[in-house]
Amino acid sequence: MARILVVDDSASMRQMVAFTLKGAGHEVVEKSDGVEALACAKSASFDLVITDVNMPNMDGITLTKELRALPNYRFTPILTLTTESSAEKKMAGKQAGATGWLVKPFNPDQLLATAKKVLG
Amino acid sequence: MSIDMSQFHEAFFEESFEGLEIMESELLTLDVGEGDVEIINTIFRAAHSIKGGAGTFGFMNVSEFTHVMETLLDEMRDGSREVTQFAVDSLLESVDVLRSMLEAARDKTEVDEDMVAARYAVLNNILKENGGASSATDDAPAEATPAPLANEQTAEALWTVDFIPHADLLMAGNDPVRMFRALSELGELQVNVDLEKLPPFDELAPEDLCLSWQLTLSGDVARSAIEEVFEWVEDDCDLIITSTGGNALADSPPIVEPAAHVEAVPEAAPAPATAAPSVNTAASDSPAAKKSAAKPKKATESASIRVGIDKIDEIINLVGELVITQSMLDQAGDDLEANADTVGNDSESQKTNADILLRLSKGLAQLERNTRELQDGVMRIRMLPISFVFSRMPRLVHDLTGKLNKKVELVLSGEETELDKTVMENIGDPLVHLVRNALDHGVETPDIRRAAGKDETGVLSLNAYHQGGNIIIEIKDDGAGINKKKVRDKAIEKGIISATDNLSDEEVNNLIFAPGFSTAEVVSDVSGRGVGMDVVKTSINKLGGRVVVQSEEGKGSVFTIRLPLTLAILDGQLVTVGGESYVIPLIAIIESLQVDRAQINAVAGKAEVYKLRDQYIPIMRARAVFGLDDSTDDLHDSLMVVVEVDGSPIGIIVDELQGQQQVVIKSLETNYRKVETMSGATILGDGTVALIWDVNGMVRVHNKKLNKGLIKA
Amino acid sequence: MSTSLQAVSDDVEESDNIHQNQYLTFLLGDEEYGVDILRVQEIRGWDSVTTIPNAPAFIKGVINLRGTIVSILDLRERFGIESVEYNELTVVVVLRVKGEGKDRIMGVVVDAVSEVYHIAENDLKDPPDLGYAINMDYMRGMATVDDKMVIILDIDQLMSLKEIDDATESGEKAVED
Repeated sequence: MARILVVDDSASMRQMVAFTLKGAGHEVVEKSDGVEALACAKSASFDLVITDVNMPNMDGITLTKELRALPNYRFTPILTLTTESSAEKKMAGKQAGATGWLVKPFNPDQLLATAKKVLG
Repeated sequence: MSIDMSQFHEAFFEESFEGLEIMESELLTLDVGEGDVEIINTIFRAAHSIKGGAGTFGFMNVSEFTHVMETLLDEMRDGSREVTQFAVDSLLESVDVLRSMLEAARDKTEVDEDMVAARYAVLNNILKENGGASSATDDAPAEATPAPLANEQTAEALWTVDFIPHADLLMAGNDPVRMFRALSELGELQVNVDLEKLPPFDELAPEDLCLSWQLTLSGDVARSAIEEVFEWVEDDCDLIITSTGGNALADSPPIVEPAAHVEAVPEAAPAPATAAPSVNTAASDSPAAKKSAAKPKKATESASIRVGIDKIDEIINLVGELVITQSMLDQAGDDLEANADTVGNDSESQKTNADILLRLSKGLAQLERNTRELQDGVMRIRMLPISFVFSRMPRLVHDLTGKLNKKVELVLSGEETELDKTVMENIGDPLVHLVRNALDHGVETPDIRRAAGKDETGVLSLNAYHQGGNIIIEIKDDGAGINKKKVRDKAIEKGIISATDNLSDEEVNNLIFAPGFSTAEVVSDVSGRGVGMDVVKTSINKLGGRVVVQSEEGKGSVFTIRLPLTLAILDGQLVTVGGESYVIPLIAIIESLQVDRAQINAVAGKAEVYKLRDQYIPIMRARAVFGLDDSTDDLHDSLMVVVEVDGSPIGIIVDELQGQQQVVIKSLETNYRKVETMSGATILGDGTVALIWDVNGMVRVHNKKLNKGLIKA
Repeated sequence: MSTSLQAVSDDVEESDNIHQNQYLTFLLGDEEYGVDILRVQEIRGWDSVTTIPNAPAFIKGVINLRGTIVSILDLRERFGIESVEYNELTVVVVLRVKGEGKDRIMGVVVDAVSEVYHIAENDLKDPPDLGYAINMDYMRGMATVDDKMVIILDIDQLMSLKEIDDATESGEKAVED
C-alpha cells in the first residue's frame, strides 16, 4: 500500500486522517506544520502528501510550492485540505502545484475515495 | 468503512480550548485601528481550525458560529474592515460563547440557545454595517459533500467527453490514466487517443503531455460525476462534455459549451481578492504564531496532570540514591549479625562493632535525607506554575476597565512560581475577586486620579513568590486605599465592632473581611452582589492560608495571600491537650509562649484576655473548647500558642508544646464526618493518629460555648 | 490480634444456596448480634484510640488502619447498654458501611466475637416490638440458631452519617441545656 505524509496542525484532524488511511492499509507519517513536513519529505519519499492549508510556521500552500520544487516531488500527488469550498481558495492550492483538494468537513469515506483517486 | 469519530473528540476539544485561549490572549494584544495582520492571522487561524474540526466531528452549531467570527476576522485581515474596540470586544465575548458551546458539546449538555442567538445577532450586525463586502459569507461550512448531485439525470445515458490536456497537466501529479480508470468505474468507457499534436521524437519533452483523448461513456452516469473526475484539472485542460444519446436526450438538451468551466469561475466574489495571497504570507515565521504555539495549556478539570520530564528524572535519581542507602544499611546489618556470631568481648570486636554502628547511623541519616528529598520530589509532581491562574487576569482587567471607564496597567510577576494543583484550582476565584475589588474600589477613574496628581493610568500588580514552605501572592494597586473612617463607621453600623473599640489601623483595614461587611455604596455589577471579601477570606482559610490587607489612604492597597504550597503536607506544631497530641498548622501560628498568670484578665466575667506586651489579646482554653475538665486555676506550666484568626491574634492555652514536624494530611471525612474544630488528621511516627486543628473552627466552637455559658472564665 | 476471614469467605463461595447468607455474630452481654459477613473487613483486638473532641460518647475515637483514618464506635454505648471495662476479649469488628453514595469503613467495639452462622433468608423473622434497647430500624430481623436468638443488624442504618450527625448535635444540645 502507499506511503502517505499527513500534515495538519490540528491533532484531532491529523489523528482522524491518519487513522482512516491506516485502516485502509496505508503507511502514514504525521507532521504538524509545513516546516516539519518539508524536512521529513526531503529525507524520505512518499506516494501521497495530504496537507492542511492553514498552519503555523509554514502553511500548506507554501509547503506545496516547496515540495514541487524538489526533484522527486514533481509528480507526487499532493492534496490540500481546505475549509473553504470557494473556487478561489482551491485554486490557490492548485496554482501552487497541488494535485487536488478535499473540502472540510469530510468524512472518512470521502477521504478514502479521494485518496483512491490519486493513488489509482 | 465505519470509523467511530468520537475517539477523536477528546483531541478536538483539547485543541479547541487551546485555540480559544490563543484567540483570547491575542485579541487582548490587538490594537484598535490598523490591527497587526500577524496577530489577526493567528486569531483567524485558531478560529479556522476550530471551525474545520467542528464540522468534521459533527458539531455543526460550533462550526457555523465560528464561521461568522471567522468572516469578521477575515475582513479585518484583508483590511476591508477597521479593527474597532467594539469589534474586538464582540469577538472576545464570542470567544466566551464559543467556549460554552464547546463545553456543552463536550459534556453533552444543552447550550444556552438564547445566548448564542444574541451573539449571532451582534456579529451579524457588525458584518452588515460599514466595510467588509458581504462576500465573506459565501459558503456555508456545513456543506459536507463537495458536489451535490441535485436532481440530475442519472438514467441510462451516453456521454462524449473531449479531453484536451494542457502540456503541463502532469506537473501537478494528476494522471489521465487514473482519471480514465475512475470513469470506467462509472460506466462503460471507450477511449480514443489523438496523437496529432505529438511532436517528432527528437523534439519530444518527456514531461509534457501532448496527447488528447475523446472518450465515450455509457451507463447510468450523471454529468456531475464526470465533472468530479476532472474537477482538479479544470484549468489544466479543455474539456467538453456532451450528452449524445440514450434517455439523456429526452430531458436535457445537449450542452456543447465547456460546462465545467462555468463552475470554475469564482462565484462573483471580487472583494476578498487579496485574501488568498495574505494566507500565504500569513504564518511564515510570524512571531505571533510562534508565541501562541508555545503557550501553556490551560489547566483543565481533568484528573490527569502533565509532568515535566525533569521532575520525573529527579525522582528516578532520588530512588537510585535510596537503593544505594538501602544496600549500605543492609551491609551494616549483615556485618553486625556476623560480628555478633563470632563475638568476643575483646577490644578488637568491640572496635568493629563501634565501626559498624557508626556506618549504621550514617546510613540512617542518609535514609532520612533520601526520604525527605523523595517526598519533596514526589510532591513537586503536583506543582504547577501560577501562570495558569495569572493568565486569566489580562482578560478580566481588559473587560472590567472597559466597563468601569478606568485605565489600568496590569503587571504580572513571579508567574513561574509553583504551587500544588489543588491549591491552584481553588485560589483562582478568590484571586479574581480580589482583582475585581481592586479595580472596582481601589483604582480611581482617570479624572479623579488626575485631580489627585496621579498618572491617569493606574497600576495593578500581581506578584507571586515562595517564602519558606508557603507561597505568597500579592495583589497591589496604586488606587485610593481603604478609607479607614468609612470602614470603621460601617463596621460600627453593622455591629461588627462597637463604637468604643480601640482598633489599630491594621485591624480597621482587615474589617473589610468581616462577614456581612461591604463598603461599596452602589452595589456594582463588577464586584458582585452580596459576595463580600469574607467569602474570599473563607476560601483562603479553607485552603489553610491567610489573607491580610495593608493600605494607605490615597496611595493604594496591598492584599497579601499566604498559602501552603500543598494540601497534602503541612508543617505543624505538635501540642498536647488532655493527654492527646494535636497538630497546629505552623502557618496559623504567630508565636508560642509560657503563660504568665498575672497577665490573664477576665472581661465581663465571660471572655478572657491576655496582656501580650502592649496589647490585649483574647484567649481561649483548648481544654474548654474540647469539653474536658479544666483545672482552671492551674495554669502555671501551661503554654499559649498565639494564632491568627480573621486578622487578629488569639491565644490558645494548651497543656504542652512538643516538637515541630511535617505531617501528611489525611481526611477525617473519608470514613467519618466533618469535625468542626479539626481540618483533618495525620499519622505520627509511632503509628498513632493525631488530629489537626482548624483554628477558625476552634474559635467558632469556643464562641458558641461561651455564648451558651458552657465556658466560664 | 487480627483474625483472617479467608476461610470463612471461601465457605461463602461454595455455598450454592443463594437464599442463605452468612452472618458473623458477636456478643454484647448475653445478647448475640449478627452482621452480614461480606461486610466484615477484619476483626482486631481493642487498642487505644485518638479521641475526637465534642464527638458523641459512642464514638470512641479514630485509629490508623494501615494508613487510613477509621472511626471506632462502641456498640454498647450506641445501644445505651451499660458499658463495661474493655478487656483482652474486647474486639473491634471493622465493617464496610454503605450510604450516601460512598462506602465508609468503621469499627465497632463488641464484648467478643461469637460464631459464623448460615441463616436462610426466610428464617429471618421480623422482630417483635418488645421495647428492645435498640431502635427497630437498626434490625434487619431475628433468627433462632441452636435455640439461641440472634438479632441481625442493619449496619447501614445503624452507622449512617445522619445518625452520627444527629447524635453529635443532640449531644451538643444536651450539654448546652
